Amino acid sequence: MEEIIYRYDGTLEGFLSCVFDSYANKESPCGFQDETRLEESLFPARWVETNIPHAERVLAGLQKIDPYAQELVAKGFLTCAPDKEMLLYRFIRAIYAEGKKLLRRLSDGALLPLTKAVRHLEGEVHLLKGFTRFSDFDGMLAGEICPKNRVLPLLRVHFCDRMYNEAFLLYDRTHREALIHRPGQWAILPLENFKMAAPSAAEAQYRRLWKRFYDTIEIKERHNPRCRRTQMPMRYWSSMTEFQGEDYFTAGDVQTLPPHPIPPLPQGKNRTR
Amino acid sequence: MDKLTILTDAAKYDAACTSSGAQRGHKKGHIGNTSSSTAGCCHTFSADGRCVTLLKVLMTNCCVYDCKYCVNRCSNDTRRAVFSPEELADLTIQFYRRNYIEGLFLSSGVLVSPDYTTERMIYCLELLRNQYRFNGYIHAKAIPGTAPELVTRLGLLADRLSVNIELPSEQGLTVLAPNKTKKAIFRPMGLIKNTLLENKEELVKYRHTPRFAPAGQSTQMIIGATEDSDRHILSLTQALYDKYRLKRVFYSAYVPVVENTLLPALDTKPPLLREHRLYQADWLLRFYGFRAEELLDEDSPNFNPLVDPKCSWALSHPEFFPVEVNTASREELLRVPGMGMISVRRILYARRARKLDHEDLHKLGVVMKRAQYFITCKGKLLDGISQRQDSILRNLIAAERAALPGAELEQLSLFDQAG
Repeated sequence: MEEIIYRYDGTLEGFLSCVFDSYANKESPCGFQDETRLEESLFPARWVETNIPHAERVLAGLQKIDPYAQELVAKGFLTCAPDKEMLLYRFIRAIYAEGKKLLRRLSDGALLPLTKAVRHLEGEVHLLKGFTRFSDFDGMLAGEICPKNRVLPLLRVHFCDRMYNEAFLLYDRTHREALIHRPGQWAILPLENFKMAAPSAAEAQYRRLWKRFYDTIEIKERHNPRCRRTQMPMRYWSSMTEFQGEDYFTAGDVQTLPPHPIPPLPQGKNRTR
Repeated sequence: MDKLTILTDAAKYDAACTSSGAQRGHKKGHIGNTSSSTAGCCHTFSADGRCVTLLKVLMTNCCVYDCKYCVNRCSNDTRRAVFSPEELADLTIQFYRRNYIEGLFLSSGVLVSPDYTTERMIYCLELLRNQYRFNGYIHAKAIPGTAPELVTRLGLLADRLSVNIELPSEQGLTVLAPNKTKKAIFRPMGLIKNTLLENKEELVKYRHTPRFAPAGQSTQMIIGATEDSDRHILSLTQALYDKYRLKRVFYSAYVPVVENTLLPALDTKPPLLREHRLYQADWLLRFYGFRAEELLDEDSPNFNPLVDPKCSWALSHPEFFPVEVNTASREELLRVPGMGMISVRRILYARRARKLDHEDLHKLGVVMKRAQYFITCKGKLLDGISQRQDSILRNLIAAERAALPGAELEQLSLFDQAG
């Protein structure tokens, strides 16, 4: 079989269209490149146009084999594994060939790397359910995270239920996209250069109260920084209220608060990019 | 600000901080839900490595009791404060909206009388639930000696109730907590258990029956303030799970905060390793099918600080091992040191497809450090593993040492000299 690289638009549907094409053309791709990281390579490359019906057929096939296989593919695409497309491609090929019994072979080379990546994603989602912090800007809540994986589609389910009656924005700085929610409506949209406004006096006060609570709740006789780092790795600290510098706890000049331009929610169906 | 500091400082010795067990979705016009994940949700970890999930405060640290071990006892000269219900509700709501916390843990010193205090707590929670429309998690403390109807009302507002046993024996109570008796503590506990059972029956009959403490009840006891043995504490724990259907029993290593001739000296370090071993044993009781009497007996009433309780059990039951991974039942696998719920679940799932060998186990993520001495795969031990008891013990101690915090190592070396 010919060695070829597929280029696609970086969406799950685009990737699944590549998978569809590889079956249709009897090709075995040796790599995938999404639009945002195109690079020269020795192998010939081909652009694959996203084709929604094709993508849906691949997904429906997985669903038929086992709903869990479909879930693995959808979640696997959100992970930060550097070669996630190849992991997914190998898994899809293997499960179409062998059927659902592959899912029980947990140590199989086509399954194990994918489940590991998905476990990493789910672990990060679980931690961020707790470690995410919001601030109140005139009734609208805004928060910011720097995750390794694309966690927003999974965090959405949690936060949209928890904050059902609130309007909020959660910004993913790593992937430059935001989850925006108003009662009964949500969207995940690309958003460049989001910057949080300075806190109002009331907001700064609640931040101080929380910091005070956090500092007081420690039992000094049991001080154990290693245990804390194990439970809460330091990479999360940068976006948590209790670890911010002094500026974070002083109110900004309310007059000059620039209300950050929030992109309007698209009409109609809730959607993700 | 000062009020929050005082009332947090006074509440921090309570070990319980969980938000699991209640599953309630959002409600229109209300704020929040209770975490739908069974594991609960930790919002941060304090510098002592303990999880913070609830706003853990006392309604007041004024107390008419004089328990010797407690910072809030009436004879202690400390600053006192009281939260107004509005302040407390506002703080909970605003912290909750910012995702700082999962809910409120409300405890209190005894103001005037247990009934009076509980009534005030009920007023606080009613305000929070009804006026401020808070739909998140609430853990409330039931104070021994409170009238039954008040406990019932408290339970209808809270997700979890707890009554603290405080000290693991009645003798300890009479000496150190003269205002509390065993009977007064167990009465509300029994009442809560019965109300929970009745509530369950009613829920079957009438779907809209208001739910009473859907996350059940828990308790905690202080470790190391009295002379009680681990065996006594663990049997008590077992009895609490059996008889009172508790969800959790928490242990709190005694931190000397008060000078008193009846108590350990002020410079005593909290017995953290002992607390750790008790928690390990507690897990064995709740999830691994062990009974208290299997783990400790009259000859060895305390846990070995060098190896964990499951390893101790395994070493004294060589006839049970090795366990064949491919044929053993779930219960047998759970008794292998180093194998947890997740490892066992993966093994049971994967072995239906094909027989597993040591390499497979490693890939499944089973930690072999301890397990390797106790299992066979397809009838074979791992290469180079000795089954001699003394060498296993030596290796297990070495494996454990690295996992213990630095302070504990000092404790261990002292122990070595003594033994």
